[in-house]
Amino acid sequence: MIPELGHFALILALLVSLVQGTLPLIGAHRGNSGGRAWIALARPAARTQFLLVVFAFACLTWAFVANDFSVVYVAQHSNSRLPLEYRLAGVWGGHEGSLLLWMLMLSGWTVAVSLLSRHLPDAMTARVLGVLGLIAVGFLAFILFTSNPFERLLPAAEDGRDLNPLLQDPGLIFHPPMLYMGYVGFSIAFAFAIAALLSGQLDAAWARWSRPWTTTAWAFLTLGIALGSWWAYYELGWGGWWFWDPVENASFLPWLVGTALIHSLAVTEKRGCFKNWTVLLAIAAFSLSLLGTFLVRSGVLTSVHAFATDPRRGIFILILLAIVIGASLFLFALRAPKVGLGGSFGLVSRESLLLMNNVLLVVAAGSVLLGTLYPLLIDALGMGKLSVGPPYFNAVFVPLMVPLLVLMSLGPLARWKHADMAAVLRRLTFALAAAIAIAIAVPLIYGKWSTLTAMGVLLAAWVAGGSAVAIIERLRAGGLGAQPLHWWGMHLAHVGVAVFVLGVTLVSSYQEEKDVRMEPDDTVSVGGYSFRFIGVREATGPNYRAMVGELELSRDGKVLRTMKPEKRAYLTSAMPMTEAAIDTGLLRDVYVSLGEPVGERAWSVRVYYKPFVDWIWGGCLLMALGGIVAISDRRYRMKKAAASAAIVQGAPA
Amino acid sequence: MNRFLLPLGIFIVLVAFLAVGLNLNPREVPSPLIGKPAPAFELPQLHKPELTFAPKDMQGKVWLLNVWASWCVSCRQEHPILVELARTGTVPIYGLNYKDGRADALRWLKQYGDPYALSIADAEGRVGIDYGVYGVPETYVIDKAGVIRFKQIGPVTQDVLEAKILPLVMELSK
Repeated sequence: MIPELGHFALILALLVSLVQGTLPLIGAHRGNSGGRAWIALARPAARTQFLLVVFAFACLTWAFVANDFSVVYVAQHSNSRLPLEYRLAGVWGGHEGSLLLWMLMLSGWTVAVSLLSRHLPDAMTARVLGVLGLIAVGFLAFILFTSNPFERLLPAAEDGRDLNPLLQDPGLIFHPPMLYMGYVGFSIAFAFAIAALLSGQLDAAWARWSRPWTTTAWAFLTLGIALGSWWAYYELGWGGWWFWDPVENASFLPWLVGTALIHSLAVTEKRGCFKNWTVLLAIAAFSLSLLGTFLVRSGVLTSVHAFATDPRRGIFILILLAIVIGASLFLFALRAPKVGLGGSFGLVSRESLLLMNNVLLVVAAGSVLLGTLYPLLIDALGMGKLSVGPPYFNAVFVPLMVPLLVLMSLGPLARWKHADMAAVLRRLTFALAAAIAIAIAVPLIYGKWSTLTAMGVLLAAWVAGGSAVAIIERLRAGGLGAQPLHWWGMHLAHVGVAVFVLGVTLVSSYQEEKDVRMEPDDTVSVGGYSFRFIGVREATGPNYRAMVGELELSRDGKVLRTMKPEKRAYLTSAMPMTEAAIDTGLLRDVYVSLGEPVGERAWSVRVYYKPFVDWIWGGCLLMALGGIVAISDRRYRMKKAAASAAIVQGAPA
Repeated sequence: MNRFLLPLGIFIVLVAFLAVGLNLNPREVPSPLIGKPAPAFELPQLHKPELTFAPKDMQGKVWLLNVWASWCVSCRQEHPILVELARTGTVPIYGLNYKDGRADALRWLKQYGDPYALSIADAEGRVGIDYGVYGVPETYVIDKAGVIRFKQIGPVTQDVLEAKILPLVMELSK
C-alpha cells in the first residue's frame, strides 16, 4: 500500500508542477493588473510540490527500511542482511532512486527560493518558480514514464539482490546528496537567468539575487566532488584520487563553468557589464548538469559508474535536454542583442582580469568536454573506437590552470575600471620573493629536484601569498574587522586553491608505492615507513566474509600501529572487494591494500606513501567553506528598499 | 546573422551527435582476432587435470569457446541460456575457466549446471591474454578450420544467440 501512495504522490506532484510551471509565468507576462492571482499561485504550488515529493521519497525509504521486496527497485538494490544505514542510502543506490533524489533536491531548492524570496518583486519570484516548475515537470515525467521506483514485483522476491558492494560504504551516504545539491542547485541560477531574460531585466539587481544561490550550489558541488574523490581514493584500492572518468568529468564540467559564473556575477553586480556572458554561463552551468545526468544515465560512454543503462531512458533525457537547453539558448539569442554593454573598463582592470579568468575556465571546461565526448564523436562519425585517457586531460588541463593561478593573486588587488599593474606587482613583491624561496626549498628538503614540482609549489605559494598580502594590507590600515564576510569568503576559497595545488603537486612528485609478495614476518618499506606482515585471518561481517590482513607499521624502529586491510567477499554477489587500511596524517598518508593470495601463506600486498594527499581534500573543504562564509554576508539579506538603493549607488567593492 | 545564435547552433550539433551516440554501443569493441586462427594452447582440463585439451583437437568441428569464472556475476546471467543450448546439442560448448580456483569452479558448476562438453582451467589467465579477454564472460565461435568467426563480449543473451550465434553456426556447419 505505501509504495502505491508514494507513486500517487509523484503523480500529484507532476500535476502540481504543471500548474507551477505555467500559470505563474503567464501571470507574470500579463503583468500586475491581470496576472496577480496567477502570480500568487507560484509559492503555494512550489510548497505543495515539495511536500508531495518528500512524501514520495519517504515512501521509498520506508520500502527499504521494511525490506519490502515486492518493490522491484528494493529487490534489486537491497537485502535483508544489509545494515540499516546502507538500506537508507540504498534509496539512491540505483537509477530510479537517484533520479528521485535529484527531484527531491530540485523541489527542496525550489521551496527554499519560495521561502527566502520575500525581498524580490512578486513577478520575478513567479517567473523563477515557474521555470523551476517546468524543469520539475520534465523530471517527474521522466521518473513516472521510464523509471518508476515504485513498480511492483509479483510475486515478491524472497530476498533482495543486495546493494552493489562498491556502494556499501559511508561514501554512499554523503557523496550523492552533496553532489546533487550542487548539480541541481545550478538550476536556481539558471531559473534566475531565464526569468531575467523573460522580463528583460538583466541588471545588477538580478546578479545580486543570483549570487548567494549560485555560490551555495557551487560550495555543495565542491564538497560533493571532493567526497567522491576521497571515496574513490580509499575504496578502489589504487591510491588514486582523480581518474578523468567520464562521470567524474560530468561533475567537474558544471564546477568549472560554475566557478566562472561566480566571478562573472561579481562583475555584473558591481559594474553592470558582462551581462550577456553571465546569462550564458548560468545557462551553461545548468545545461552541463543536465548533460552530466544524460551521460551517466544513458550509457553512451563507458565509465566505472555505469550502473543501469537503458537507451529508451537515454532518448527521454536527450529530448528533455534538447527542450530545456534549446529553448533557453533560443530565448538568449532573441533577447541578448537588446542588452546594453554596461560600464566601460580599461585594458588593465579588475574587470579584464576576471574576463581572463572566465576565458581560461571556459576553455578548460571546453577541453574537458571535448575529451569526454571525443570517443562518442569519433564513433558517431564511423571513424573507429578509441578512448581518451588521463594523458590528454593532464596535458591540456594543467597548462590552462597555470595562468589562472598566476592571475588569482592579481585580481583581488587590482581596482575596478582602471588598475595600475605596476603598483599591484609592487605590492606583491614580498609575496613573490617568499613564494620563490619556498618553491626552491621544498624540493631540496625532499632531496629530489624537479622543476615541475618547484613550479607547482611556486604557484601554490604565490596564490596563498596574494591573499596574505591583501589581508596584511587591511590589517595595517586597521580595517580588518570592517571587511565584509564575502571578502573573507573569497580569500578563504583562494587559500583553499593554494592548499589543493600544493597537495596535488607534492603527492604526484613524492609518492612512493610498492607492489610486493609478502609472507608472515616479511618487511617492506616505503617513504621511511616499514611494514611487517603478520598474517591474514578470516572474519565475518553482517553480509560478507573477509580476509583481514595484519601489518605492523613502524618508523625508525618504533612501532606506530597495526594496519588491517581487508579483502571482502559479499555473500549475495560473490564480488571481491578491497578495503584499504590508511593511516592518515597531516603531512602524509600511509596506505596498504591487500591483493590476492599467492601461495600457502603469502599474499600480494600494495603499500603506498602519499605525502600531503589530504591537502587535496582539505583545499576543497576550504573552498566550500569560503563559499559558505561569502553567502553569510548580511548584504544579501537586505530588505527590498535598501537593496535597490544600494544598487542605484553602485556600491563599490 | 545574429551572433547570439551561435551557442544554440553549437548545441544543436551536439544533440545530433548525442542522438547518434545513443544507438551505438561503446562496449562493442571489434576484435582483431576475427578471421584469424584461434591461438593455440594446451591446458589441463578442469574435471580431469591429468588430461589436457588443445584447440587442434577440435579440427573439423564448429564449436563455441566460452570464457567463464565462478567469481563472475554476469556469467550467472548467461548461464541458463548456455545450459539450454547444450541441452539441444546444436553446437558443443567448451568452457575456459578463467583465473579461478578449481574447487570454486567445480562447486559453481554443480550448483548452476554444467553446459560444457569440458572445461579447461586457465588459472593464470595466460590463454586469456592470447585471446584478448578483457571482460568475462566472452564467447567465441570457432569454425571447422579453427578460425575465430565471431566474438561476443559480455553475457550471451537470447537475442544474440538467435540473431547472431545460431545462424552463424548453421552456416559454418554446412
